Amino acid sequence: MMEKPEELKLLDEKGYRIDGRKKYELRKIDMKIGVLKNANGSAYVEWGKNKILAAVYGPREIHPKHLQRSDRAILRVRYNMAPFSVEERKKPGPDRRSVEISKVIRGALEPALILELFPRTSIDVFIEVLQADAGTRVAGIVAASLALADAGIPMKDLVSACAAGKIEDELVLDLNKEEDNYGSADVPVAIMPIKNDITLLQMDGYLTKEEFLEAVKLAIKGAKAVYQKQREALKEKYLNIISEEE
Amino acid sequence: MEVVASIMKDYIIELLKDGKRIDGRGLEDYRELEVKTNVIEKAEGSAWVKLGNTQVMVGIKADVGEPFPDLPNMGVMTTNVELVPLASPTFEPGPPDERSIELARVVDRGIRESQAIDLEKLVIVPGKLVRIIFIDVHVLDHDGNLVDAAGIGAMAALLSTKLPKIEYNEETGELVKLDEYEPLPVRKIPIPVSFAKIRDNLLVDPNLEEEHVMDGKITITTDENGYISAVQKSEGGSFKLEELMYAIDIASKRAGEIRKVVLDSLNKE
Repeated sequence: MMEKPEELKLLDEKGYRIDGRKKYELRKIDMKIGVLKNANGSAYVEWGKNKILAAVYGPREIHPKHLQRSDRAILRVRYNMAPFSVEERKKPGPDRRSVEISKVIRGALEPALILELFPRTSIDVFIEVLQADAGTRVAGIVAASLALADAGIPMKDLVSACAAGKIEDELVLDLNKEEDNYGSADVPVAIMPIKNDITLLQMDGYLTKEEFLEAVKLAIKGAKAVYQKQREALKEKYLNIISEEE
Repeated sequence: MEVVASIMKDYIIELLKDGKRIDGRGLEDYRELEVKTNVIEKAEGSAWVKLGNTQVMVGIKADVGEPFPDLPNMGVMTTNVELVPLASPTFEPGPPDERSIELARVVDRGIRESQAIDLEKLVIVPGKLVRIIFIDVHVLDHDGNLVDAAGIGAMAALLSTKLPKIEYNEETGELVKLDEYEPLPVRKIPIPVSFAKIRDNLLVDPNLEEEHVMDGKITITTDENGYISAVQKSEGGSFKLEELMYAIDIASKRAGEIRKVVLDSLNKE
């Protein structure tokens, strides 16, 4: 978090945010499914200025072999940012932040999968952030979940995600970059909406218990709205295929 | 390994039906906690923590360097965790893996976001020279719940830290370390408390056997004002909102007790 320039107001008197949104309004989200030829499943998500591509390979043979599990598949996740995705060029390859995000995203997706169905294999999820503008991990989860569905991997539910945060002493939904930089808390949440299971939850900031729970509830609401968009995107692709065959 | 884990899992789940745990604790009980401070003379601050059979050593070293360009009037703190092979058959030598990176970042966030260290007091020449505080966690014996042990150790070590006063000579640009010492300005004591989720049970302070069979884990860091400064759901599994509310409540209770142990360790020196 950076020191906020005095003159910068993240919320105006009428309660509008710097990008014109209201407090509980999501940014514009577009989803496309099956955008890559080689991957078994793929999805592209534009979420505000975030541009994120996810691909799934597998279930497939594992390399190196010693990682094989005789009773189930292993899930591997790599979250990676392109050097040109941020204001100042990012050195290519994994930094500590990406390593942590890859790990928590794996934990967010795993509960939705039935890994026992594919012993001795791996399911590999690759998330490439082509442009970043806050909320890349939640957008990455949304894209990855669509790519898993596109790959035909059996899932208990889609995983949806959204972040809430605090700016100018108010809780708001779906922080953009300036709000993330100068705000006082960021709470990314992923859920499996059917049973209201929280599969990713982090908090970076300083909140009372009450504020934190409010933020979680707000993020869950956001994730449920995103979930509807995910379902529509899947329907758009797969219902079209069915009607073409008819 | 997998066979043992699956037998152990059945046993642990069977016990949980009666609200029992393999080491005899109740679900909300923390293991015995021992903290000793100033155990490494060469470090500016240090602490040894024994939580059940988990042991960690935390050392604080201080250096002088440039501030971050976007935070010119603040000192710098960094947190690093080494999972050395001496501590567990599952730790291997080499660069930090995802476990140690996540561990370090969760401990770091808990301290940083509560502004436990008054970093503004660590500026020597604004925009140019500041103190850099290194929190180095060395895990010595891994018997579960490393996050809590590391977080407790980090706070105890920071509280025990004394820095040599530094004088800056504007004409020569030289730094002179004085033979006088001042305590590191620590304003709060954020304490992480972790829970393992096994089936529908939340177990505070999981031991290693419980961690092997858990579905997921959550860590909640609270300070003495009741604020939360870090939350991390880790590994697989999922949590309900009600479970989260329960965990926050228990976490802040246990953190209060742990804080006393940490403060006592400083008085015992």
